[in-house]
Amino acid sequence: MNNFFEKSDISRSEAENIVSDTLSKCDDGELYLENTKSETILLDDNKIKNSSYNSDLGFGFRAISDEIVAYSHSNEISKNSLRQSSENLKSTLKSVKGTYNHEILKSNKKYYDNINPIEQKSLNEKIKILNEVNNYLRSKDDNIKQVTANFLGEQKSIEIIRSGGESLTDVRPLIRFNVSVMLEKNGRKESGVYGVGGRQSYDFYLKDNNWKSVCDEALRIASVNLESKPAPAGEMKVVLGPGWPAILIHEAVGHGLEGDFNRKKISAFHDLMGQKVASEGVTIVDDGTIDNRRGSLTIDDEGTPTEKTVLIENGILKNFMQDRLNARLMKTRSTGSGRRENYRRIVLPRMRNTMMLSGNHTQDEMIKAVDKGIFAVSFGGGQVDITSGKFVFNCTEAYEIVNGKIGSPIKGATLIGDGPSSLKEVSMVGNDMMMDPGIGTCGKAGQSVPVGVAQPSILINKMTVGGTKL
Amino acid sequence: MVKDQEFLEKKASYCIGLAKKFGATASSVMVNNSVSETVNFRNKKLDESNRSDDLGISITTYIGKKKSSISSSNLLNDNLNILIEKSVETTKNTPEDEFNSLPDKDLLAKEVKDLSLYDDTHIGNDQKIDYLKKLESAASNDKKIINTESSFTQNKSNFILANTEGFCAGYKTSSFTASSVTVAKDEKSMERDYEYSSKCFFKDLDDAGELGKQAADQSIKKLSPKKIGSEKIAIIFDKRIAKGILSTFASAISSSAISRGTSFLKDKVNQKIFSDPINILDKPDILKGLGSRNFDGEGVKTDTLKLVEQGVLKHYLIDTYNGKKLNLKSNGRYGGTSNLYFENGNISFKDLLNSKSKSLYITETIGRGSNIVTGDYSVGATGFLVENGEFKYPINEITIAGNFKDMFQHITLANDLEFKYTNNSPTMMIEGMVVAGK
Repeated sequence: MNNFFEKSDISRSEAENIVSDTLSKCDDGELYLENTKSETILLDDNKIKNSSYNSDLGFGFRAISDEIVAYSHSNEISKNSLRQSSENLKSTLKSVKGTYNHEILKSNKKYYDNINPIEQKSLNEKIKILNEVNNYLRSKDDNIKQVTANFLGEQKSIEIIRSGGESLTDVRPLIRFNVSVMLEKNGRKESGVYGVGGRQSYDFYLKDNNWKSVCDEALRIASVNLESKPAPAGEMKVVLGPGWPAILIHEAVGHGLEGDFNRKKISAFHDLMGQKVASEGVTIVDDGTIDNRRGSLTIDDEGTPTEKTVLIENGILKNFMQDRLNARLMKTRSTGSGRRENYRRIVLPRMRNTMMLSGNHTQDEMIKAVDKGIFAVSFGGGQVDITSGKFVFNCTEAYEIVNGKIGSPIKGATLIGDGPSSLKEVSMVGNDMMMDPGIGTCGKAGQSVPVGVAQPSILINKMTVGGTKL
Repeated sequence: MVKDQEFLEKKASYCIGLAKKFGATASSVMVNNSVSETVNFRNKKLDESNRSDDLGISITTYIGKKKSSISSSNLLNDNLNILIEKSVETTKNTPEDEFNSLPDKDLLAKEVKDLSLYDDTHIGNDQKIDYLKKLESAASNDKKIINTESSFTQNKSNFILANTEGFCAGYKTSSFTASSVTVAKDEKSMERDYEYSSKCFFKDLDDAGELGKQAADQSIKKLSPKKIGSEKIAIIFDKRIAKGILSTFASAISSSAISRGTSFLKDKVNQKIFSDPINILDKPDILKGLGSRNFDGEGVKTDTLKLVEQGVLKHYLIDTYNGKKLNLKSNGRYGGTSNLYFENGNISFKDLLNSKSKSLYITETIGRGSNIVTGDYSVGATGFLVENGEFKYPINEITIAGNFKDMFQHITLANDLEFKYTNNSPTMMIEGMVVAGK
């Protein structure tokens, strides 16, 4: 466990006193300390292009009164710096009066081990695998013109000190292994990307030459795209494959169900609690408690243990995702969804692993039910306007469906839909629920956090496909 | 207050000395400090105040043609000792790359010109609050506006870049940014829009009332949108969207994408890639320019480049590493462009709107739908239907798609260029794109 005061001119008890004194008339707040060690090792264009190491240390001090948040952060954990932050907070909240809420849930459950993945594998071993990846792919297909592969490893240690001296800690490992390839054939270029990751050691994901299957998948996607023809334009039926395509759920309903947007009544969902927002059979949860998943957290960044939050149950809207601030103002409880990118940023309610649970149809039934439409298997990312409810996501592997049969691959295209209505268009939910491979990152208000998604195959009756073929 | 040059220089030279001591044959160091103060308002009341003080250091160490780098926010000498020793150790274990090196000495910037990038004015929180009160009062004037969130940020930064070729320079910069996001509502719909202003000097910032009114008007205009059918139609990009086309263009001509062969503009220098009258400039020495600079992230002098002349691509954006690989000299574009812009076209905004009986005016796009390998483009969009020069009604839940190779050849620019962002474009029309709707 990190001792944040070891090399500082301020002792733990002095820091606790400053925290308690600063927050005495506030409703909530804490001192958040963070020490992150991270590395990137990148192979590109046949060479190790980058080996870099980052060590980031700092604190963020937050005081909340009613709706007002005062925040101050610094890299220097020192008496001076902490006092200056305290003064900043006090001057913003000089005329307020609140009662500090000491209540915070406790749990002994942990969803990952206290490890430092960076130290568990030597640089030479990592470089060796990256070179093997490069050689393996280039020997597999003559059309390969570019291979990029990288390791990203991180260990983030945090401590939360609340008024009264209560301390909550967590150590979070995280790794990612990505491969991207570019093919060129007859003057045409296409790329394919795949990766794996989560909160375990590199070796867990790479054992038994598992890196080869990551390479194979990236190459397969690129090869499919090399044969792709222009995507259609217009409204049609869409079958989504299981796993990663659950970006749909993340964008279509996930963001719109975050507490802050609903407290402010600016989400398209804010007045739909208890109402039908999806077809019968559609159940969506946001779960921070799945062992070792990228979006899992033992405690959130306010110290609340995470949980499995039911958002939509059998089509009915049941819960929003809450941090402490929005939960208090909406007179409910935190769902352990308070997250921040790092100590520089304020806490916001965020998703963890957002999942649609299995139904009882097969993917085959869905394809057969479509006369004209598309089958989308892999996605690159998405975005939503939570106020209008309109969301997009970008396919990176898709096929046309003609008369109940999968046809030619089509070029990457953007799909657009309306959050509150699109899940009502889900007419079949598959029995093949699958987690994503562990590479998702979600952006909100300029803050990126690791997340997961999962879903079975689904059939959506109507979505607009943004191709070029009319 | 932001740390002074002396403090940053001392840290930089300490690191360079240490790297040498541990066995590096060359090194470069960037030390920066940035102090930001933000006040946020929501619905005419104080919502958040945020102060950040960020120190950072990044060090690249070389042993011959081997290279590795570290970065940290902890500038205590103890920590720097550990990190630099680790960096040199990592460098030893990293394979050689023949193109790794510091920039050629004769390309480094010799002088640091005063480009008027720093305003010493301090805008205290009380002044920020006054500005935001005025802004939010203008933004919430119309009763269709149900939520306003506005923000004022003052940022002061300073940096030093140093390397073992004797380069050591840096300077202070400042920015003052005000923004407002409004939500409008009617019986049928709820829509959000925004406006912002960002300047190096406080006195140049947009008037608070104007900014608020603009943010509100833009949301209100979007209410009760319709979805249109799928068709081929001329697209007019509002300036705030047109500038995004420049960002894609810049990534596609970066020497890294070119040397890796992953750009649709590879091997296109001296070829006509845009329609005839198009000129694109990257001008680093604009006084008070948001993207202005004396040198790039490696210390290489940055001169104005006419990237596209009469539709013809003239230069890539070159850094030291990729330059050596391509056998070209760095043109000071490590980290990308400075103030990148399209020169004005020769018709007015009004004439551009009038030039087609029917067109689609786009004010917002969502999704990252630009593929620089293939040039394919497909994004979600929001905007207005324009008929005979008039805005008819708002449109949403559509996508627009095309391929940049074709789109670039069909650009018409209006003559209404302003320098509001880092990348700037006049209003832009592109013919031949496909809209997917109903």
